[in-house]
Amino acid sequence: MDEIITGVTQAINLIITLNPEVLQVALLSLTISLSATLLAAVISIPAGGFIHFYAFRGKGVLITIIQTLYSVPTVVVGLLIYLMISRSGPFGFLGLLFTPAGMIVGQTVLIIPIMMGLVIAALGGVDRNISDTLVSLGATGFQSIVQIVREARYAILSAVILGFGRAISEVGVAMMIGGNIRGETRVLTTSIALETGMGNFAFSIALGIILLIIALVIVILMNIVTRRHAP
Amino acid sequence: MIRIEGVTKRFGNTEVLKKTDLEIRRGEIFTLIGPSGSGKTTLLRLIDLLETPTSGRIVFDGTDTAVPDAEKITFRRRMGMVFQKPAVLNTTVAENVAFGLKFRGVDRAQSAQRVKSALEQVGLLGFEERRAVTLSGGEMQRVAIARAIVTGPEVLLLDEPTANLDPVSSAIIEDLLIRINSGQHTTIILATHDMIQGQRLAHRIGVIMDGRLAQAGTLHEIFYQPMGKEVARFVGIDTVLTGVVVTNERGHATVALGNASFEVVTPCGPGVTVTLYIRPEEVTLSLPEPGVPRTSARNRIAGTITRMVPLGPFIRVTVDCGMPITALITARSCGELGLASGMTVVAGVKASAIHVRADAG
Repeated sequence: MDEIITGVTQAINLIITLNPEVLQVALLSLTISLSATLLAAVISIPAGGFIHFYAFRGKGVLITIIQTLYSVPTVVVGLLIYLMISRSGPFGFLGLLFTPAGMIVGQTVLIIPIMMGLVIAALGGVDRNISDTLVSLGATGFQSIVQIVREARYAILSAVILGFGRAISEVGVAMMIGGNIRGETRVLTTSIALETGMGNFAFSIALGIILLIIALVIVILMNIVTRRHAP
Repeated sequence: MIRIEGVTKRFGNTEVLKKTDLEIRRGEIFTLIGPSGSGKTTLLRLIDLLETPTSGRIVFDGTDTAVPDAEKITFRRRMGMVFQKPAVLNTTVAENVAFGLKFRGVDRAQSAQRVKSALEQVGLLGFEERRAVTLSGGEMQRVAIARAIVTGPEVLLLDEPTANLDPVSSAIIEDLLIRINSGQHTTIILATHDMIQGQRLAHRIGVIMDGRLAQAGTLHEIFYQPMGKEVARFVGIDTVLTGVVVTNERGHATVALGNASFEVVTPCGPGVTVTLYIRPEEVTLSLPEPGVPRTSARNRIAGTITRMVPLGPFIRVTVDCGMPITALITARSCGELGLASGMTVVAGVKASAIHVRADAG
């Protein structure tokens, strides 16, 4: 019990004094996960839109696969990306292994399914009468797609925020692709795993608190978005 | 303006619209009446090219509309449609009304002005900046109408536009439609299950029953000369009787129905089986009196009152005269005559007030 209390006290101290190492780890985490989120959004929103708006063979199967991948273990994605970008892999020449760029790629792959799936659900949630209304008002195919995407904007934003939540909190990809190199690829989650193993609880707790604060910010953002979305 | 030629529509194995031929004339108000689920909405959606006919064709202003999907927009942009359940987009009222103009590339200044005028017409001036999703059902319906008329369509299609509205709002909408029709010569096609509304607005009426256009014609044709029992019942003709013509003297015929007989006006000769349609407001009721009756009504049949249903200032009285005959009389007459169930009364109908049709086959 004492250990926890001392840990928390020291942790708060580390945060308040803006300990350079804590700050560096937190900023790197945010940079990598935000980049991955942005990249995943750029891919998922148009791709999700395509899947929603166009009828093609195997659409149902594809959506089921995407939904299954919502819960793909992070270490499985880590392994897959590792095999792809390791020196002997097909993309080994890019030199991405154990770099932040490699971690961004890994997290992007990890969160694309959940983001794309939720984008499809968001577009599907738009009243069917809306699309009839737009068509009857003289919208071209493109004009009506733009309006429907706009109509689903808050739900799509929720999908993006949830994707970010999964990226910042995952440990498998960061560990396997980043390698947890101090000052280079060490992020919040991998740091907590390592420091806890070394008995350095105060540092772990400080990073844990920061992660929770980020989670809190995500929840607050989500709530603002959903409240605005509600009629 | 719009010609519907042999159009049918199937969804899977269900034929929701049976072979339909119909011509909508430029500048008229045409109402489609029929029970819910009879196919009115499908016909409107076909006209707005939101659905493709399974067979037959739709000709818009002399041009066949069977063109690739991307080209249908040229026809659609000459029409406006108001759906039964208005769908508004999650933005301001003004933006909702402006969509059609935006899609047509109308510039902002002109668009703002036209939106304002459309909102004024539907009585929603001042609602511009309100969020459309927070409006009441009736207000949304009016936004939907403003949105459809703002582009100045040649044809305005409306699916049950007043189904969710209170009587005052309904009256506003009806007045508006009449103004749009007479002022801008907009052709209006309106679907309604409300027979009275159909009657109030229409130049011509089409009756749709069970996916089939049962009859199309003027108000008089539909309400006084129905082409079948289903139409008759739907337009409020409660008394439909079948009999055989016994004699016919220069158009003045006698029709036998069991023990009773009716005098009617018809060219049908003796031996022809005919159906008689009698509107309830054409039937008079009187108390039986001895001697020669003092009335010009050719048909007088005594019977017993079996049912009395109050309808506002009127009472619908059903009299069993060997066959049921229904009369619509004022509550005041009913009170003065002291009518009650079980009483014997005489039902009177003028020969000329009975619509006669020879039965097919």
